[in-house]
Amino acid sequence: MSGLAIDKISMRFDLANGTSVQALKDVSLFLEEGELMSVLGPSGCGKTTLLNIVAGFLAPTEGKIVMNGHTVTGPDAERGMVFQQGALFEWMSVRENVSFGPRMAGQREKKWAENVDHLLDVVGLHDFKEKAVYELSGGMQQRVALARCLANDPDVILMDEPLGALDALTREKMQSLVLKLWKETGKTIILITHSVEEALLLGERLLVMAPRPGRIHREYRLPFADLGVGEDLREVKKHPEFGQRRDEILGMIWDMEEEIMGRTEDAQ
Amino acid sequence: MIVFLIYIAIFVVSFFVVKFVARKAVTDYTSLKTVTFGDESAVTPNRIASVVSVLTIFLLWGAFTGSKLVPPFLHAPGPFFGDASFTYTAEADDGTQDDATVTVRVFEVGTDVEVPVVEPGEGWAKNDADTVGAWRSGLIRVDDNDEKGRDEGHRVIAVNGEPIEPGGSVQTDFGRVGMSPKGTLNFEPSKGWQMEPIWLPAPEAVWDRFLEIASDGFRGSTLWEHLGYSLMRVIVGFFFGALVGIPLGYAMGLSDWFRGWFDPIVEFMRPVPPLALIPLVIIWAGIGEVGKIILLFLAALWIMAIAARSGVSGVRISKVHAAYSLGASKPQIMRYVIMPNSLPEIFTGARVAMGVCWGTVVAAELVAAEKGAGMMIMVASKFQNTDIVIMGIILIGIIGFGIDMLMRWAERVLVPWKGKG
Ligand SMILES: Nc1ncnc2c1ncn2[C@@H]1O[C@H](COP(=O)(O)OP(=O)(O)OP(=O)(O)O)[C@@H](O)[C@H]1O
Ligand SMILES: [Mg+2]
Repeated sequence: MSGLAIDKISMRFDLANGTSVQALKDVSLFLEEGELMSVLGPSGCGKTTLLNIVAGFLAPTEGKIVMNGHTVTGPDAERGMVFQQGALFEWMSVRENVSFGPRMAGQREKKWAENVDHLLDVVGLHDFKEKAVYELSGGMQQRVALARCLANDPDVILMDEPLGALDALTREKMQSLVLKLWKETGKTIILITHSVEEALLLGERLLVMAPRPGRIHREYRLPFADLGVGEDLREVKKHPEFGQRRDEILGMIWDMEEEIMGRTEDAQ
Repeated sequence: MIVFLIYIAIFVVSFFVVKFVARKAVTDYTSLKTVTFGDESAVTPNRIASVVSVLTIFLLWGAFTGSKLVPPFLHAPGPFFGDASFTYTAEADDGTQDDATVTVRVFEVGTDVEVPVVEPGEGWAKNDADTVGAWRSGLIRVDDNDEKGRDEGHRVIAVNGEPIEPGGSVQTDFGRVGMSPKGTLNFEPSKGWQMEPIWLPAPEAVWDRFLEIASDGFRGSTLWEHLGYSLMRVIVGFFFGALVGIPLGYAMGLSDWFRGWFDPIVEFMRPVPPLALIPLVIIWAGIGEVGKIILLFLAALWIMAIAARSGVSGVRISKVHAAYSLGASKPQIMRYVIMPNSLPEIFTGARVAMGVCWGTVVAAELVAAEKGAGMMIMVASKFQNTDIVIMGIILIGIIGFGIDMLMRWAERVLVPWKGKG
């Protein structure tokens, strides 16, 4: 069975003061190979926790992740992760960062050089490959992170707000890039974002999560990701259904946020 | 006090002069910044101020030691040299009074001097002559050559016409004439504002002494041997300290058992100043090389262990996660992520450790050593060779500064990513 199965995952954090936080409760989901799913939800609803569990950085208190037929027990090269920022190795050049995966796997330069250089071309960093990563702008650094993940050729790419720290214009370019890479490589992608527009644009499937305990609130199947490939994303945003969906989801998240605020105010 | 006021005056005056001269010149990027206060990059040291500052120190040093490097009109008033004279009035029991002149030749200590020749003069009180070194004082027994001596009740009642009593004194143009409780005069030539070479030698005296010791050595070893021994001890002690401290710090950062085991030891030893260990190390290992190297080893060990520990535990978890999900194994993460990530911290630790070691070695040599920079200034101070002491302090300062510069340079070259994660 190929694909990624998230099977009744629950996660409880026991805190030092004796209380505990139910970060996730009974989350189940199945992703076909090559699907692109974006995840939205109010802050603190367990998105990062879910992604960390899928990556294998965290062991869930209940449930399991099954990928291509085997249960996930820890981090693995078949599931790559793109972090929001600060996960590049600043002691390595751009090229060394991107080739990190193949090099750790013991491949010789002859074997990975072509692919790595190709990926650097794709993300537009060909002229910067010998530069130190700290000499790059934030957007360039995220492209390095993306290329580094792709160079390792994982089956699933997990992204936790990968574009969160970028300015609007760079962000739009990066969104197109993600779509392009998704179509070209056929990877399974889970992308967490705080931007409803981004979730709509990039998500073939869109998952809205609700907090306390973190759970799946609603799921959508959307046409925009397919429309957006090779297309100006601003055109996609003019699609009548796009605006309608955006308002609907914004309202949904707004209500949830309001509920959280209300609850904390009651508690005080 | 006066020196301090002059210093402040130079500070203020040079500030206004330089600002006035340079006013038109500066309209660079920094001056266009809106935030120029508290922004570190906005306040860079004014190089002119640094130069003026160093010059001022040498100027004051030269002015108050009568240095030949400083033009004479800038000298602080110096001590009196040459023939001073004053008159005294003596009275004997028979009620007669007589005046006589005392001539005192004030000479530079260490040079040959002859007692000036004077006429005996009229009356029963005869003129006297004597010598006194500058910055010293001397008893002058004016009654010795007078016709009426102590037996006839000879006593001095006035100096330069001003009455004087036992325990009192009279200020003359050439210095102070005092009278001891027993009635003997003493003369203290005026000292001026300059420092006596034994307190503070002139810059050129220090330089001459430096050249002399650089060519002839000091106490059976050349200058370079003394400095080289100190440096060698620091380097060897630091080397072993780092050799043990870094792996220890890594172990503490990676294993809870190591952490738990060594935390109390490291946390206890770190605040103990290495100087406090000197007596114990001398008891255990004597004053030879072994003892000193053990001391420096201990000085560097805790600093390096703590630096390596915080370097390891300071690694951003997302970097480790990223490496894992790129397929790296634990040893690979150690080698390619944790170690490079800890290098900046280790370098900072190494810089601190080198500074501490340098300070400690000098202090240890002050206590006991046969060779070394600290030993040199300690021995010199026992013989009041102030010029050697000052030369030693300057050399120690220069070497300490050089070590720090070298470490900074190494840091820039070897860990250029420092602070950029
Ligand atoms: N290591 C941890 N220890 C204790 N509680 C944790 C831990 N990690 C997460 N939590 C809690 O779990 C809940 C979900 O956190 P998570 O980081 O997954 O939220 P999120 O949806 O990613 O939020 P955001 O959108 O702000 O990133 C939060 O209430 C958080 O306080
Ligand atoms: Mg998060």
